[in-house]
Amino acid sequence: MNLTEIIHDESLTFAEKMLTIKQIEQKEVKRSGDIAIVSVDLAAGQDGTSPLAIKVFREMGGTKVWDPSKVLLVIDHTYPSGSSQISDLHKLMRVFAQEQGVKLVEGSIIHQIILEDYAAPGMLIVGADSHTTTHGALGAFTTGIGSTELAAVWLEGKIWLKVPSTIRVYVDGDLPKGVYAKDIALSFIGQVGADGANYKSVEWKGDVVSKLSIASRATLCNMSMEAGAKNAVVEYDAITESYLKEVNRSPMIIVKSGRKAEIEDEIHIECSKLEPMVAAPSRVDNVKAVTEVEGTPIDQAFIGSCTNGRLEDLIEAAKILRGRKVKEHVRLIITPASRKVYYEALKLGILEILFEAGAVITNPTCGACVGTHLGILGEGEVAIASSNRNFVGRMGHPTSKVYLASPATVAASAIKGVITDPRDFL
Amino acid sequence: MSIIKGRVWKFGDNIDTDVIIPFKYKARTLDPKELAQHVMEGIDPDFARKVKPGDIIVAGKNFGCGSSREQAPLAIKAAGIAAIVAESFARIFFRNAINIGLPVLEVKGISEKTDEGDLLEIDLLQGTVKNLTKNMAFKAAPLPDMIMEILKEGGLVNYLKKRRRIEGQ
Repeated sequence: MNLTEIIHDESLTFAEKMLTIKQIEQKEVKRSGDIAIVSVDLAAGQDGTSPLAIKVFREMGGTKVWDPSKVLLVIDHTYPSGSSQISDLHKLMRVFAQEQGVKLVEGSIIHQIILEDYAAPGMLIVGADSHTTTHGALGAFTTGIGSTELAAVWLEGKIWLKVPSTIRVYVDGDLPKGVYAKDIALSFIGQVGADGANYKSVEWKGDVVSKLSIASRATLCNMSMEAGAKNAVVEYDAITESYLKEVNRSPMIIVKSGRKAEIEDEIHIECSKLEPMVAAPSRVDNVKAVTEVEGTPIDQAFIGSCTNGRLEDLIEAAKILRGRKVKEHVRLIITPASRKVYYEALKLGILEILFEAGAVITNPTCGACVGTHLGILGEGEVAIASSNRNFVGRMGHPTSKVYLASPATVAASAIKGVITDPRDFL
Repeated sequence: MSIIKGRVWKFGDNIDTDVIIPFKYKARTLDPKELAQHVMEGIDPDFARKVKPGDIIVAGKNFGCGSSREQAPLAIKAAGIAAIVAESFARIFFRNAINIGLPVLEVKGISEKTDEGDLLEIDLLQGTVKNLTKNMAFKAAPLPDMIMEILKEGGLVNYLKKRRRIEGQ
């Protein structure tokens, strides 16, 4: 098996090439439906999943992780801890990290840290967090696993993966004012449904995608998971190249999907007609145009999460909130995705604008998105959020309701106190 | 463990991990028994009290969608559920269930033909599901050999321990 031939094989998808190349024993080309045993370039876990993985690792008889430089632990789901029980689990992670000599990051969201400091084209990344699809934005094959499996990867550095079939999503046209990557992602999920990409590899393509920033691409790849995707990817291009130059990293291998590869489905999204979207309660595929739910009263507006808590998201929110005020008795919670995002927003004066508008600015954490702290909804309360899930009870009480939208739509809604079309402010 | 016989609890489509076990519970404990006390709370607050060891869940499509939390299948298993039969599973939930030794079977068309309280008999090795109450039989989607091996060992922990023992010899 010749690596260069595989990379240039036009009959193979991105996923087929990646899982062929990464095999422990490179005996044959793997195609959709085959099982490949592959080596892992980065295994990441957060505080909702790692404590269990640590326990299981010991049960497996594990003493040393296979390669400490390829293991990343992040405390992000409840940071700083909101209870002594959670503190104990965090302690477990600190002790493990020290004992194993692995990197532990505290107080930044795992996927943002991976984007900022780890991911590169051609890497195979597994993470005990479902939104591990995010780093496909940099051309990596990256997928979510559970705790036991993370422990097994720590032990042996490998994992079995069924090679997924592929859906290509072509996003073309011109992105209208007030419409963002989040709206594209919601439109996609609305079209295919919550299991429309289950077990599949989603390749994001088209004119619009080729112009999107890495942050926006990360939003697309992150939200692909909400249609069930195993991985999502935007191929390496000039934008990836300049991002990598900025962060001083190089590609591991540049892998692109073959032009003649067998694709299960093709989806086309024509952006010129796209409007700001929401996912209405309580399913991510309950997607509507914001105009259909305009005027719905809200109690809380949340901008943050691995989906939309990056610098460009805070900038879009600040454009709308500059010189305006959050409606009385509505809470606008801003949670930057990482300390780097926080610091850059601080230096640029973005946080000042948001603060002046009346926002509560929290430290980076998953917090409100997973309903652990810093914005838990009460009985019957309604939120609009830039995060990724609106399931029953996700952000708090089982009777609370969550609408998902772009940061701009969340910001506009915070001003009016009702769900609002961001185009009213642009 | 190859034959499982039990009463059915029915659930619909897209049962997500936040209703199976909300983050607030799973964030604070690793104890499956404590998790089991809150299983399915988001959809049926009494479920944890009603469920009996050996019962079977029958559900619609995309069971276990959402987060990667392994506490979801762990809570279900600790509550005594012996197997889950669904039209389809979300991928991470499926892997997690196998890895902790909770049998999961994908059976097309079973959801609409099965009612709560029906008695099911599952033959894991044959991949068949019989509804003894309604006298009907269904075929499950076959599981790859590697997955069957993991299930036979009761999960990934035992599977790896055994394999490493063999390789070590």
